Amino acid sequence: MSPLLLLLSLLVLSVAGFLIGQRKALNLAGSVGGTSRLHSLPVYYGALTALWCCLPAFFMFLIWLGFEQSIITALMVADLPDEVRALPPARLNVLINDIRSLASGNIVSGEITPLMRNAAAQYISLKGIGQMITSVIVLVAAVAGVLLVHRRIKPELRARNQVENVVMGLLVVCSTIAIFTTIGIVLSILYEAVRFFQQIPVTDFLFGLEWSPQMAIREDQVGSSGAFGAVPVFAGTILISAIAMFVAAPIGLMSAIFLSEYADRRLRAVAKPLLEILAGIPTVVYGFFAALVVAPMIRNSGAQLGIDVSSESALAAGLVMGVMIIPFVSSLSDDVINAVPQTLRDGAYSVGATRSETIMHVLIPAALPGIVGGLLLAVSRAIGETMIVVMAAGLSANLTANPLQAVTTVTVQIVTLLVGDQEFDSPKTLAAFALGLVLFFGTLFLNVIALTVVRKYRERYE
Amino acid sequence: MQEVVNKTTVEKRILAPRDSRKTIGTIHVSKPRMVCRNVNVYYGDKQAIRNVSIDIGCNEVLAMIGPSGCGKSTFLRCLNRMNDTIDSCWVTGEILFDDKNIYDPSIDVVPLRAQVGMVFQKPNPFPKSIYENIAWAPKIHGIVESKSDADEIVETSLLKAGLWEEVKDRLDQPGTGLSGGQQQRLCIARAIAVSPEVILMDEPCSALDPIATAKIEDLIEELKTQYTIAIVTHSMQQASRVSQRTAFFHLGDLIEVGMTKDIFTKPSHQLTEDYITGRYG
Amino acid sequence: MNKSTRKSAARSSSGRVKTIDIVNKGLKRRYGKEKRFRFYGLLSIIASAAFLAFLLTSIVSKGYSAFLQTYIKLDVPLEAGMLDKQNPGRSDFQGIIKEAIKDYYPGVTERQDKRELYSLFSSGAAFQLRDEVLNNPSREGSTISLWVLADDDVDMLMKGHIKREVPESQRRLSDKQLRWIERLEKDNRIEKRFNTTFFSAGDSREPELAGIWGAVKGSFYTMLVTLMLSFPIGIAAAVYLEEFAPKNLATDFIEVNINNLAAVPSIVFGLLGLAVFLNFFGMPRSTPLVGGIVLMLMTLPTIIIASRAALKAVPPSIREAALGVGSSKLQVVASHVLPLALPGMLTGTIIGMAQALGETAPLLMIGMVAFIVDIPGGFTDPSAVMPVQIYLWADSPERAFVERTSAAIMVLLAFLISMNAVAVVLRKRFERRW
Repeated sequence: MSPLLLLLSLLVLSVAGFLIGQRKALNLAGSVGGTSRLHSLPVYYGALTALWCCLPAFFMFLIWLGFEQSIITALMVADLPDEVRALPPARLNVLINDIRSLASGNIVSGEITPLMRNAAAQYISLKGIGQMITSVIVLVAAVAGVLLVHRRIKPELRARNQVENVVMGLLVVCSTIAIFTTIGIVLSILYEAVRFFQQIPVTDFLFGLEWSPQMAIREDQVGSSGAFGAVPVFAGTILISAIAMFVAAPIGLMSAIFLSEYADRRLRAVAKPLLEILAGIPTVVYGFFAALVVAPMIRNSGAQLGIDVSSESALAAGLVMGVMIIPFVSSLSDDVINAVPQTLRDGAYSVGATRSETIMHVLIPAALPGIVGGLLLAVSRAIGETMIVVMAAGLSANLTANPLQAVTTVTVQIVTLLVGDQEFDSPKTLAAFALGLVLFFGTLFLNVIALTVVRKYRERYE
Repeated sequence: MQEVVNKTTVEKRILAPRDSRKTIGTIHVSKPRMVCRNVNVYYGDKQAIRNVSIDIGCNEVLAMIGPSGCGKSTFLRCLNRMNDTIDSCWVTGEILFDDKNIYDPSIDVVPLRAQVGMVFQKPNPFPKSIYENIAWAPKIHGIVESKSDADEIVETSLLKAGLWEEVKDRLDQPGTGLSGGQQQRLCIARAIAVSPEVILMDEPCSALDPIATAKIEDLIEELKTQYTIAIVTHSMQQASRVSQRTAFFHLGDLIEVGMTKDIFTKPSHQLTEDYITGRYG
Repeated sequence: MNKSTRKSAARSSSGRVKTIDIVNKGLKRRYGKEKRFRFYGLLSIIASAAFLAFLLTSIVSKGYSAFLQTYIKLDVPLEAGMLDKQNPGRSDFQGIIKEAIKDYYPGVTERQDKRELYSLFSSGAAFQLRDEVLNNPSREGSTISLWVLADDDVDMLMKGHIKREVPESQRRLSDKQLRWIERLEKDNRIEKRFNTTFFSAGDSREPELAGIWGAVKGSFYTMLVTLMLSFPIGIAAAVYLEEFAPKNLATDFIEVNINNLAAVPSIVFGLLGLAVFLNFFGMPRSTPLVGGIVLMLMTLPTIIIASRAALKAVPPSIREAALGVGSSKLQVVASHVLPLALPGMLTGTIIGMAQALGETAPLLMIGMVAFIVDIPGGFTDPSAVMPVQIYLWADSPERAFVERTSAAIMVLLAFLISMNAVAVVLRKRFERRW
């Protein structure tokens, strides 16, 4: 049975379980003298039955889904001839991938040998058997759940409390997904990054000045050995983020100030949605625009002034990224400025300050922690932004502070290293995770500081 | 009579047009500093002040009392156009200051507010040092140019506000770190620093404890020799202690004006009498 | 006024009139500053607006032409012997098309010239012919006139993106080809029509055969996975945190986690997907299933935060009233609080989904950048999504892909704008002030 069909039958069984449980409760109620003699409403007996029907079964289904591939692959590899299994792990992995692709009808990288064909057939049959076993186990579990509860249904069964406990448990599980996501991110990145640092020393990575990750994927290929000094990559990230903040911080802040302190309702009604549209445009669109319109424009105007501008200049990517961040800065600053109590404005106006004096000398100093927090969040976003730089910034890691030259960023390198054919043992691929580690903890550091500062600030005026 | 509409865009539609009630008592004084005639204040459709006319005399303390929602604070905020910051608010009638209607389009609120200062219900020192709290306004107005000018103004203002002795050693600390009463006196010092002629006080003691209140009341007593003060208070005792004249507001009307001792001993209007004897309010 | 009088003005009560003079004197300068400040504020807004206008107009002006496609009318003789008797679908349609072209241009005999001539027509012309023949088998033996797709270079010429005036060496079409096209024009055999391919095809290396339907469907499946997972989970998490969670360290930790996840760069979620879902669990690459799960993890914080705000807006009095009549806490939430908070939660979800729909970076990590011609039919078929399709086309060198990229952006923006419009309407409709 295919997974989708299995899930559907599980759903049907649960509905049936619900009806069975409810019916039993109603019958019981009839024999003991009305539903008020039951501990809970009949609905809860039905719900309890349905929950016992679907939850354990679904859990088993998930476990199988999670380990299906690795179990089947292991079984299949065990059936391969010994000389194939003796291949070096890298070659064996390629072969296994090819067999899997063959089995799922995808394009295979190399030539198809009879061995592979056999293995693919084996793979498919194993998969079929696995699916069948799962289906049987899941359905049996579901039916068993129904029967189990059905037997237990008595007037004194505290069905409502049990249902509520289960539901509460589900709610708790759902709210812990955030934690598991974080743990998953940290562990997965850390694991691969540690593998990278086993091959390349941490100090070389963090302080090395040369970055050229292209190296031989397989031993028999020719290629340079690769250099993994990430300083130029970090520098490029900082340069582009700095340009972006140079655009976004003043414009975003001034927009927020203008909208909250000067603009009348009509202008606000136009300008706010405008900024929201700017915020809602996908980054890939900004990237396209940066690469196709802004970068050539900057290069041409540079050429007219006699300045040599790279066609993938940091300036183009930074400018467009800045525009992308404007609404972010503006909405955060807007919140922060609006949180400054009106009494402070009144105080300033009452001694005869003009609006701009009030804003510059009273509002902004009062809102400063919040504004700084917002700007830090914006910096973190600029550092993590991917598509604009992938499309408009360069690939070669130049260590330069000149915005007219091409630089590369952490995110660009992650994308280039991981898109396309991958080999999970080569430092080239693993380097992406090392960069990801730096990116994650760098932005995490900024976010934690920013969120704390903003929260403290809000508490002050609450 | 000239009628000036503050917000010309606001439609002049008034719901439930009730005639204003006539004010009892003398609204005139011999040496008026501000003259208010037929002042009406609206918030959108709602009328908050009806046809109020009253003089505020030179170097006197005028107390405004009345039950909550009677419009006394609204009226006070009209006197230096603090209501301008509220979008839906508009004012008709005239309020003369130096023989000019302050709601006249030609009047600039910045110098007006430099001359008519205000102290608020809740102490609202700026998030700056004590020194900067006071020196800021004179600086932006260009009254002080040098550091020594500023030092002098800070000292005199704090002296006048009776705060100097308490804070002279920590002028560089934030004003928000002071106690409530000190903060309020700091706000008064801030208002005095630009040498205003009128000081408006909007329930300045409502957030303070009795001792701090007593200090502020003493301060008002001293300040009235140099400044004209209009104070809104919900405490009748305070009104009787600090003011020469008292105005009683009720539901947007100015019901009765008179010398404070008269109002509190032999009020002419029934509403006034009920209020000061505590039947409502 | 000299300094000493200034000083006395500030100090003595007799100098008050002077003080106001000083104030008045400085007014002009201060109002100048005020005006400049205000102007900078207005300028910032205008700058944002101008950029938005610039972006939109340049995309629309580049992209609108992609909705039209150049077609060429060919008279195709379908002689009886040309078709494969057993299996008409496998006949040599390419050859038939070439014959038809040769018939129209009898003067072209050189091998090299012929190749140039054939290249004016899209390789998709043969498929068009096949469809035509299969749909109307009775046409065999007659000559049918068929509007076939022109090659993208011809299309670009007709749309004015390739200029006829420039020297031959600098354009992609030779002088000979231009003459052939001129003949077509003279005979009214070339025209621009609505580009149905763009809306019905999957990706292709040939611009004139490339469409976004595959990407739209891929996006649809991906969004469906994201929605089905993130909506229930997000609401459950929000309900727990807002209504039931005890105020303790664990809850605080969850909250900090959610807030931080909302600010984690999206590409990091891609790394997570790659390392965990693809490599550890071995889930299929490039599929809406994995893409949807990754995007779910990414949008979950947004949905949780918005849903909590919606729950917070429901006044406690309603909970107290329901508790007062003896409902359990869960019943109160399920039957009284949730219905009131639902519009706000939906709004937050739609906004989160709009974000997910435009997201590209994490999907690159899980292999959704593959070149996929087939239109996906399910959650586990390899597929592209709209933003990735845009990224792929933006990388293609052909001039014709530029307009298709822009057109795809217009389609994507249309989706996003309508989603946001729904959210706004929902918010307006159900906005309640307590």
